[in-house]
Amino acid sequence: MTTPEGDIGGQPAQSPILSARDLRVQFAGGPGAGRARAVDGVNLDLYPREILALVGESGCGKTTLARTLLGLVRPWSGEVWFAGKVLSYAAPSLKTYRRQVQLVLQDPTGSLNPRHTVYEAVAEGLRIHGARALGSFTDEAAKVADALSRAGLRPPERFFLRYPHELSGGQRQRVVIAGALVLDPQVIVADEPVASLDASVRGEVLKLVLALRDDSELSALVVTHDLALAWNIADRVAVMYLGRIVETGPVEKILRSPEHPYTCALVSVISEARGKEPVILSGEPPDPARIPKGCRFHPRCPALASGAAVAAGVEASCRGIDLPILPGGSDARVACHLYPISS
Amino acid sequence: MWGLAVLLVSIALALAAPLFISARDLSAVTAPGSPRQAPSLHFPLGTDAYGRSMVAVTIWGARISLLVGLAATVMSMVIGSLVGLLAGHFRAWVATVLMRVTDWFLVLPTLVLAAALASVLHRGVGTVIIAIGVTAWPGTARLVRAQTLTVEARPYIERARALGAGDWHIIRRHVLPNVMPVILAQTTLTVSAAVLAEATLAFLGLSDPTRVSWGTTLQLAQQVGAVSAGDWWILLPPGLAIVLIALAFTLCGRSLEAIFNPRLAAGP
Amino acid sequence: MSLLEITDLTVTYPSASGPVLAVRGVDLAMDEGEKLGLAGESGCGKSTLALSLLRLLPRGARVAGTIRFDGEDILTMGWGRLRAVRWAAASIVFQGAMHALNPVRSVGDQVAEPILVHEKVPKAAPRRKVAELLEQVGLAPSTARAYPHQLSGGQRQRVMIAMALACSPRLIVADEPTSALDVMIQAQILRLVDRLVTDRGISLLLISHDLSVLTSACDRLAVMYAGRIVEEGPAGQVFSDPLHPYSSALAAAYPRIGDATARRNPQGLPGDPPDPSHLPEGCSFQPRCPVALGECVRTDPPLWPAGPARRAACVHVRDSCPGAAHG
Repeated sequence: MTTPEGDIGGQPAQSPILSARDLRVQFAGGPGAGRARAVDGVNLDLYPREILALVGESGCGKTTLARTLLGLVRPWSGEVWFAGKVLSYAAPSLKTYRRQVQLVLQDPTGSLNPRHTVYEAVAEGLRIHGARALGSFTDEAAKVADALSRAGLRPPERFFLRYPHELSGGQRQRVVIAGALVLDPQVIVADEPVASLDASVRGEVLKLVLALRDDSELSALVVTHDLALAWNIADRVAVMYLGRIVETGPVEKILRSPEHPYTCALVSVISEARGKEPVILSGEPPDPARIPKGCRFHPRCPALASGAAVAAGVEASCRGIDLPILPGGSDARVACHLYPISS
Repeated sequence: MWGLAVLLVSIALALAAPLFISARDLSAVTAPGSPRQAPSLHFPLGTDAYGRSMVAVTIWGARISLLVGLAATVMSMVIGSLVGLLAGHFRAWVATVLMRVTDWFLVLPTLVLAAALASVLHRGVGTVIIAIGVTAWPGTARLVRAQTLTVEARPYIERARALGAGDWHIIRRHVLPNVMPVILAQTTLTVSAAVLAEATLAFLGLSDPTRVSWGTTLQLAQQVGAVSAGDWWILLPPGLAIVLIALAFTLCGRSLEAIFNPRLAAGP
Repeated sequence: MSLLEITDLTVTYPSASGPVLAVRGVDLAMDEGEKLGLAGESGCGKSTLALSLLRLLPRGARVAGTIRFDGEDILTMGWGRLRAVRWAAASIVFQGAMHALNPVRSVGDQVAEPILVHEKVPKAAPRRKVAELLEQVGLAPSTARAYPHQLSGGQRQRVMIAMALACSPRLIVADEPTSALDVMIQAQILRLVDRLVTDRGISLLLISHDLSVLTSACDRLAVMYAGRIVEEGPAGQVFSDPLHPYSSALAAAYPRIGDATARRNPQGLPGDPPDPSHLPEGCSFQPRCPVALGECVRTDPPLWPAGPARRAACVHVRDSCPGAAHG
């Protein structure tokens, strides 16, 4: 299989650093239900030095997709590609992979072992990987101090012996980020990095993520339900619904003029404060074990309900024909019968 | 605090016993006093059926009882913690097999097993230790497994995996320190149960009758009909000693639990 | 006359290091049928304020000041009268509905509970009322037989709202009713609450850390910081033209989509929300304030009038002409 390349038209083609190729992840459903198709065919590319926001509501599969890209979950089919090579699940290669792709979780309090000091929490990664992880630093303490200052905790020595419960929420999240940075990864996957933080503290942590992208040349995949966060810091956004990406592209394009009815509804609800009439979908996303036939969004689609689909003559397709899986790349794409993909 | 004080005193006495109690005091043949004497100035707790001072017998008995109690506890805690940790960490078929084995041992009654072992192996202190150890570990295993599952559900375990940690690292650095408080608290409670079990088994004649322990002392008292004769001083000291030690260990266990789980210490 | 009048409310919690002031002298008033939003972050005292309205604070908390509900002071009410007020006159939708529902009782039983407590009716009587309530919050009447774990987060929140409506109260206090929910479900719940309170003329005190949510749902907005109200006024004005630097920071934390200045430009405040047991000298916001002056360390500003129905506790407001119309 050839190395996937992104098609970003106009600009010199870059290779993505992290990709999902036709990824499918399934879990056993509850009693009586079939298998839950958490990720049901996803192509996604993350390019060097970019921040990609993966947006969707709970149950859409974004968290599962993120963990599959990290190698924490095995896909049912499809592949994860990193730096041009397929990810192998053999223990040694997974361990090497870990140094290059790191995770930052939502809850900073739960992410840190309450019995370990800040120093131990940050040094844990170094100790697991041994001398190789030290890079150009002479000793562990110097590397830990460097990671802490890059994460904004200065002077770093002051934090070495503190325990997580002595720190504020924002500081704890910085410790978690430092723990990820200490391995000099190329990619950081952040799952709702500011959702548990106070509103006035969010901005500083988001500034840190941007600074890491600019100064340390990291790429970041930010998983969130918050579109405003995507507007704040992301370069590109991918919107997920029930295991598939339904729309993707540059943030300015997708959030200013969304095309897919689901994206339109999400954007309109968040912009309600502007006085625009929000499109509030009824009901809730269905169970991933019972994905609707045809377009998986059609039972809740306002375009179908309002007659726009009938007017465009695609109503039968909406109800009966499933959309193809969007290819990767950084172009703006949408999976909707109202906007047929031109080959 | 009281528990700890009582324990320390008892252990000190038990260890120091050979210094002030000679073999002569304990021998049935060369007993210092006349049999079944009521408490007096010379013999503060009276004498037993052989004429030995009850004080000497009770203190000496602490050695075997505490030894068996502690040895059986160590055995059961090590086996139980290991099984619990492995079952909780590895899940899948490993856990199923281990937990079924645990369930099987859980329903084995201590006394029946001890009797069976005593008839197969020689009757002695070693057999008693094995009997108690082998039947006490399942309770610990279940507790440790439950705690392991709880700890492993926490996000920092996932973070450790994402950092590249292997099973051994996760168990050693994260699971064990968080499970240790439960193990320690459970240990102190198990010791008191083991001491009681030893006394029961010895009383039933399944231990070595030539060794002086609280259980054998009680057995002797029963054999000579101390109750019906009204010779309370032959029964009471070992019985009280057992109660005291069991209580002391239980109190220590409660304090340890409160130390490790500050929410308990703070009250409702 | 106002439905709810809070005067100089102060709540103190005991702690190992001495009493901690969670709420420091709050004045607030609500009219019949009004929707008031209370914005603030963790530690600002907003949940304490909500609980104190029905005297639901934990034992050991000291409350001073007055809370007049329909003319009666809740804090000095007798126990019997308080029980009558609780739920029948004012009810609360708690934060985290997942945990506020009893997992071993059916949803229908729990919605019926306040009705059974307040109206002396036989046990089977509320069944119709429960079915009506569930329908009004958008759930099928058959949901009454379900248990909380069988429902989704959004459905559980609707059950909480049905419970709050059960005794036809005049005031509903909603403490972060949507913080754990997805954006679309959040919008559904807020629209539902809005429709219900408007139709019945119920007053609503909505508490949240998200200013944009409060702006669309409420008529007036009050911002709390470190136990005090730092700004108050009509919701749209406070959001689009905040006078207190903390309100600006809160508003900026959730940028508007389409606003080019917010692209790659997250706005936040340095430091953290203050610990109520260690408040800074003078104005409690000054360590984090981007426009702090020298005198801010010495004096804690009271709420200055700043236009029609607007107040803000900042020296900059005092210095600009009081009473001038603000846009």
